[in-house]
Amino acid sequence: MQHIVIIGNGISGITAARHIRKKSDHKITVISAETDHFFSRTALMYIYMGHMKYEHTKPYEDWFWAKNRIDLKRAYVESVNTNSKTLTLSGGESLAYDKLILATGSKSNKFGWPGQDLKAVQGLYSYQDLESMERDTKDITRAVIVGGGLIGIEMAEMLLSRNIPVTFLVRESSFWNNVLPPEESDMINRHIREHHVDLRLSTELKEILSDENGRARAVVTGDGEEIACQFVGLTAGVSPNIDFLKSSGIEINRGIVVDPYLKTSAEDVYAIGDCAEFSEPNGERRPIEQVWYTGRMMGETVAESICNTPTRYTPGHWFNSAKFFDIEYQTYGWVWATPKENEASFYWEHEEGKLCLRLVFDKESHQLLGVNNFGIRLRHHAFDKWFNQEKSVEYVLEHLADANFDPELYKTYEEEIIRKFNADFNANVKLKKKSWKRILELVS
Amino acid sequence: MSTQDPSLSIANPEPKDTDALQKLGLALAGIGLLILFLAWGNVSIPANIGLPLSLGGILIGVSIYGARAYAKQPAGIKNNGVWFKSLTNRGVLGWIVGIVLTGFYVLLYWYPEFIGYKPGTGNEGLVALFDPLSMFFKGTPASQWFVYGTIYTLAITSLGVKFIYKYRHNRYQLWRTVAVMIAQFFLAYFIPEILAGLNYNDVTTASGEYLGYYNTDLKNVWPLDYDFFHNWQQDAFRQEAYQPVGVLFLIIGIAMFLVVTPVLTYYVGKRWYCSWICGCGGLAETAGDPFRHLSSKKLSAWRLERWLIHGVMVFVFVMTAATVYGYFWNTGQVFGLDIYANFQKPYGFLIGAAFSGVIGVGFYPMLGSRVWCRFGCPMAGYMGIIQRFKSRFRITTNGGQCISCGNCSTYCEQGIDVRAYAQKGQNIVRASCVGCGICSAVCPRGVLKLENGPESGRTELPPIMIGNDSFKLAE
Repeated sequence: MQHIVIIGNGISGITAARHIRKKSDHKITVISAETDHFFSRTALMYIYMGHMKYEHTKPYEDWFWAKNRIDLKRAYVESVNTNSKTLTLSGGESLAYDKLILATGSKSNKFGWPGQDLKAVQGLYSYQDLESMERDTKDITRAVIVGGGLIGIEMAEMLLSRNIPVTFLVRESSFWNNVLPPEESDMINRHIREHHVDLRLSTELKEILSDENGRARAVVTGDGEEIACQFVGLTAGVSPNIDFLKSSGIEINRGIVVDPYLKTSAEDVYAIGDCAEFSEPNGERRPIEQVWYTGRMMGETVAESICNTPTRYTPGHWFNSAKFFDIEYQTYGWVWATPKENEASFYWEHEEGKLCLRLVFDKESHQLLGVNNFGIRLRHHAFDKWFNQEKSVEYVLEHLADANFDPELYKTYEEEIIRKFNADFNANVKLKKKSWKRILELVS
Repeated sequence: MSTQDPSLSIANPEPKDTDALQKLGLALAGIGLLILFLAWGNVSIPANIGLPLSLGGILIGVSIYGARAYAKQPAGIKNNGVWFKSLTNRGVLGWIVGIVLTGFYVLLYWYPEFIGYKPGTGNEGLVALFDPLSMFFKGTPASQWFVYGTIYTLAITSLGVKFIYKYRHNRYQLWRTVAVMIAQFFLAYFIPEILAGLNYNDVTTASGEYLGYYNTDLKNVWPLDYDFFHNWQQDAFRQEAYQPVGVLFLIIGIAMFLVVTPVLTYYVGKRWYCSWICGCGGLAETAGDPFRHLSSKKLSAWRLERWLIHGVMVFVFVMTAATVYGYFWNTGQVFGLDIYANFQKPYGFLIGAAFSGVIGVGFYPMLGSRVWCRFGCPMAGYMGIIQRFKSRFRITTNGGQCISCGNCSTYCEQGIDVRAYAQKGQNIVRASCVGCGICSAVCPRGVLKLENGPESGRTELPPIMIGNDSFKLAE
C-alpha cells in the first residue's frame, strides 16, 4: 500500500482519487486550499444566480469521502521536495508521499493592465472568486467585463441575473471568434445584445481607474473612452496555477510539463488537468487543455497508470459544450474558426436565428470532421462512432434523426437541414427515419 | 437609470420591474382572493357577483401576471434568485404559505363548519359563496369538497398558464401542462359535476333518500382512489338510478388499474399518469413548481422513501383486501377485526387526509411539491415497480457531456440524484421518476433525454464514459 497524495480537489484530482480507490487499496490524501469538499466549478455561476446553493454543486454527499477512505485535507501546499518526497504545507506541517498527483488547476489571466489589482477587480475561477464577486457587486450600478470567452459571457449572465447593467469589452471583432466560425459567433453577438448587454466588439482595456479607497471606479478603453463602473471582471482566459512549484525542480513551462503518461520530470510525480502541459501534442489538441472533460479523462488515466499498467493519455474524439445565456452549444470533432485547406463546411441556421448546425467535412472524401450545434442537442455516441467509422457527411445527414437528442415533442429540423445541404452541394440526400436499432448500435 | 449615457443599453430593463400589465394582473388576482377571504369572514357579498368576480379575477389575474412576467424576457430557464427568495427558500413567506395551506386542509377535512359548510341550516361564509355555482351544476348547495374542487381546478389552470410561459421554449413542458390542465378541468371537475347534475351521481330523491356517491373522476385510479372498493361506493356504482353510467365507471375503474396502467406504464413509464393527467401531479407541477427544488436529494431520504411508499402501498392492498372480503361475505370483520375501525378508518385518516392532503400540499414550501407522490402515493408505488423492472422508459444520458453542475438533481421534485447517474454516463431508470422532464430542461449541456425505447441495455452502466480512449475496461 502506497500513500497517494493529490493536490487539488477539482474534477481532475477527485476523478483520480475515486478511480484509484476503485482499483486499489492505496492510502489517498486529497489536499485543497479552496474548499473542504469537491464541488463542480462549472456550477459557480448558478450559485451567484440563485439557481443553486453551494451544497447543490457538490456531486457527492459529505459522508462519501470517509466511506471511501479518501482523506481530505484543507491546506495550502507551500512547496514540494521531490528528493525527500515531502510536501510543506502552510503553517510548516510536512506530508510525505509515495506518489504525487498535481491537479492544481488554473488562475485567471492578468496581462499587466494598470489597475488590475484594485479592489472589485477579479476573474472567476475559484470559490473565493465567487465570494469576492458576491461582496463586490452589491448595490452597484454597472459592471465591466473584459475578455470575450466562455467565462466572460457567464459572468455577464450572472450579473444580469441581479439586474446589474453590464458592459462587455471584447478585443476581437466578434464574440469568441478565435474558436467559433463567423456565423455562430454572430449569432451569439445578437443573443448577447438581446439580453441588453452593452457589447463592445474590437475594444480593448487600457486601464482601470481607482477611487480614493483603492476600488475600481471606471475603465478606460483602448480608444480612450472612460466607462464608469464599480466592478471589473477580468475573463481573458486562465493559465496553470503552478507558482508554488518554482523551487521544486519539476520542469515547468507555461504549465507543468508532462509526457504522454502524465508523468512530470520528477520521479513519481504526475500532473493532470488544467495545470498540465503536454510535451508532445495530442493530435490537434492544445498542449494545455483547460476543459472539464479532459481533466476528468486525465484523472481516469493517471489512476490506471498508478494502479495497473503505465497508460498513455489517449483522448478520443474532441467534444465540448457550453451555454451562452439561453443558447446551448455542443461540438464534436474539430470545427475551426476558419476552415483548413482540405475542409468544406455546410451551415444551416434557423430563420429565427437561435438554432444552427455546421458540418465540416473533407472536400475530397466527404468524411465528416466536425460539427457545431447551437440550440439543438445531438447524441455524443452517434458522432463518436461516426468519426470512428469515418462516415461521410451525406451518411451523417441521412441518419441525423438518430443523433437528435432534443427533448421529446420538439420540432425537428432534419428535413429543412437536408434540403439546404442538397441545394448548397447539389446533392440528393434523403432523411431516414429514426431507428432504435441503429441507435443501440451507436451506443453499444 | 443610465442617464449618464443613453447609448449604454440597460441590463434587463424589464424583468425586475413589475409593469402596468403585471400590476393589473396582481390587482385582479388580489381582488379575487380578497373576496374569498371576506366571504370566509362572513362579510355579506352577493354570491352571484362575488363568485364570478373572485374566480374570474384569480384566473385572469394570475394568468396575466404569470404570462407577462416570463413573456417579456427571452425564452429560457428562469431560475434566477430561486434560492434567495423568502417564498421559495423556506423563508418567512414560505412558512406563512405553508401554515395557511396546512390550516386550510385541516379545516377542510375535519372542521368544514369553520369554512361555512352547514348542510342542515344552510351554508355560510366561504362555502355559501360557491352555492350558486353548485346550484348551476347540480341544483344542490355547495359542499366543502365542491369548494375545494373548484379552487383546486382554478389553481392548476391559472398557474398552469404561468408554467407554460415559463417553459415556453420547451414543447414537452407545453404539451404536458396543457394535458394536465385539460384532465383536471374536464375529467376531475366538469364531467363529474355535469353527471351529478344529470342525476347520475350524488342524488337525494324527492322523498329524502340519499342514493349514494361514487367517484366519477376517471383518472382518480385505485389504489390512489383508496375507497374505490368500499361498500358505499360499490353500492353506488350499482345503484339502479345511476345506470348505465354507474357500472360503466365501475368497469372503467377496474380496467384502469388492471389493464391501462400496466400497459401504458410499460410503453411510456409512469409519467403518462403522474405528470400528464394526475390531479395531485397536476397541482404539484403548476402550483407546486416554485417549490420543486426543496425536495431532499440525500441518500437517507431515498431510503426513507422506499420504506414509506411501499409501506403505504402494502397498507392499501391489505385494507382493500379486507374491504373486498367484508363486502362479499358481508361480515364487517376479518380475522375478528372490524374492517372499518382497523383498516378503512386509519387509512382514510392517516393516508387519505393527513398524508396526501395536509402534508402533501400544505408542506409544499418546506419539503417540495411532490412529497405525497414521492413518499406516499400507492399508485405511484405500483407504477414505480413496473417502471423500474418492465418498461421502455428511461432518461438517456448523453455520453460524456455531463459537467456535474447539479441543476438536474436540484430541480428534481422527486429528489432523484440525477447527476449521480449522468456523471457516470448511465441512464436513469428509477421507480420514482414521474417524467416531468425538468432535469432535461434545466441541463445546460444537453445531457438528459426522456425517451421510450427498447428495454435491452436500459440500465447498463458503461465501464467508462466515452471520449477517453486511453484504456478499455473489461466489459
